[in-house]
Amino acid sequence: MRTSLGIRAGVIGLAAVVIAVLPLALSDYNRTQGADVAVFFMAILGLNIVTGYTGQISIGHGAFMAIGGYTTAILTHEHGWNDVATLPISALVGFAAGVVVGLPALRFRGAYLALVTFAVALAVPQIAKNYSGFTGGTEGLQLPQHTGLWLYGAAWLSAAILFVLAWLMLRSRTGRALRAVRDSEVAAASSGVSPAVYKTAAFGVSAAFAAVAGSFYVLTISFVNPDVFGLTLSLYVLIGAVVGGLGSLWGVLVGAAFVQLLPIGLTSSHGLSSQSVPVIFGAIVILVMALVPRGAADLLRVGAALSSRKSQNNSLGLEGR
Amino acid sequence: MAVSQLTRTLVPTIRIRWSAWIVPALLAGGCIFLVVGSIQSSLFAQQTVSGLANGGIYASLAVALVLIYRATEVINFAQGALATFTTFVAWQLLQWGLSYWPTFVLTLAIAFALGVIVELVAIRPVERRGNVLTVVIASIGLLILLEGAVGWIWKPTVRFMPSPFPLHFWHVGGVAFSSQDIGTIGVSIASVVVLWAFFRFTKLGLAMRAAAVRPHAARLVGVRVSWLLSLGWGLAATLGAVAGLLVAPNPSVQLSPSMMDGILIYAFAAAVLGGLESSIGAVVAGLAIGVVLSLLGSYVSWVTPQLQLPAAFVLMLIVLLVKPSGLFGRTTVRKV
Repeated sequence: MRTSLGIRAGVIGLAAVVIAVLPLALSDYNRTQGADVAVFFMAILGLNIVTGYTGQISIGHGAFMAIGGYTTAILTHEHGWNDVATLPISALVGFAAGVVVGLPALRFRGAYLALVTFAVALAVPQIAKNYSGFTGGTEGLQLPQHTGLWLYGAAWLSAAILFVLAWLMLRSRTGRALRAVRDSEVAAASSGVSPAVYKTAAFGVSAAFAAVAGSFYVLTISFVNPDVFGLTLSLYVLIGAVVGGLGSLWGVLVGAAFVQLLPIGLTSSHGLSSQSVPVIFGAIVILVMALVPRGAADLLRVGAALSSRKSQNNSLGLEGR
Repeated sequence: MAVSQLTRTLVPTIRIRWSAWIVPALLAGGCIFLVVGSIQSSLFAQQTVSGLANGGIYASLAVALVLIYRATEVINFAQGALATFTTFVAWQLLQWGLSYWPTFVLTLAIAFALGVIVELVAIRPVERRGNVLTVVIASIGLLILLEGAVGWIWKPTVRFMPSPFPLHFWHVGGVAFSSQDIGTIGVSIASVVVLWAFFRFTKLGLAMRAAAVRPHAARLVGVRVSWLLSLGWGLAATLGAVAGLLVAPNPSVQLSPSMMDGILIYAFAAAVLGGLESSIGAVVAGLAIGVVLSLLGSYVSWVTPQLQLPAAFVLMLIVLLVKPSGLFGRTTVRKV
């Protein structure tokens, strides 16, 4: 899209200021929830790189979050590392795991790929359960506790760093290559862009983002066991990515807030029994898909188009699938 | 309806290549292995039968998934939750004093209606403007909604579902087969066969296949494609209800809002392994997964209960790496 860089920089700057000022008005408990929004932000950002920009559907990002979370937990708990120092290691381990999953994934496409990645997401917590000497099994591992403010600041700082990294990567030659692979593998290959290399790399980078998200996820609850990374986590990350809008960095914040804050908001609103919350949340997910099938990013685009009164050439990913 | 003209395009051209024989040969080998093993050891026979019983349940849910995937290319995450919901309805009907088999029939009818309503209310509005992924997300929303509804209406306490089959063991050559296992195998296979006959021999079934394979051509010859999609959801929900009713009496599962989660996962595996578009593939793969898990669990010591799921997935991955379109899937030629 061709809206001026100034408007986009302005919106991003405004969002950054709001996120930076917000903790002053929040209780410590709410700051932890704000940190969880950052966790989903990073995971959805990662998923968007592989699904939104490279066109490879993954329902398995909970697995990479689990790998990152366990990396941080084991290094701090067993080896006495500082938890911030574990983050680069977590990203590296996540990258390696992403490449390991990405290589066989080259053989699959569409629904097959989706279900194979889903299988990975289900298998990883089971493996963690089995090798309890290493991972603490179902009893889990305790981590050092942090204040809500520390968590909020650290999580959003790394979210900002990852966002800038993703933005730089996606607007560069690499980003163009990924989009070329998404739109037509044959066309990409005949222009000298290797689909295999870029798809695997996209899986790796995406998994590294999810792993860092997983590290912070574990830090916010200062505890880890296999049930933390259950089936719903992967599904929520996917919901967030689609609600935000695939193939757009703008929508990631909306998607993260949607999956993390909406259930909490419903729970704390008056007159609702806590058991009705999933019913309402599920209904809202369906409603959003019916009304805004391309996610919040599409709304922003329409808004920008109306305000600048220019005809836009919307090319969204995953069309015609 | 000029449906008969469509049969010509629907019947695939038969070409026999050497690679076409690998899968049947493997299956025949597997069957021989199971029969010989069962004659040799009674433990082996018992594990095989209980594996087949579990596999029958995976198979019927997998066929339900295939039914919807073939028509719309959507992986229906809500398939298990629909089954859970209808099983709770059946439990409620039994509580109100109905006897088992009338409840069974009534539940299947309710499941059918529920499937049709869900398609009309939740899926069709999403499908009209979105793409396949949007519909998949809507089905995840439906999963959250239905499981939540079950917890809300019936409160998440553990309940006991009676079994349709009286507790009884048949002794064949020193091997005890429980009526529950045999009955489960029988009912799940029977429901899949009925469905197959419906698609194969009735005009409505033919119209549904036409609507799934060539929606535009089918519409041109007077098939009401959109109505048949609702019907497909109804049938899938009915099949899911059969699976739910069969699995709920199992003491290791029990009646709870998340009771179908684990089963849905194996049904996914069966559907993918069978080739996603093939009902026969889903049945064979479902039975195979059931038996393999059962035998792995009792004979391979390092496969602990926790590792059963990863082990099943590793096997699935190996098969899929060799044959990425599944055992019975068609290799499609993609247009450049």
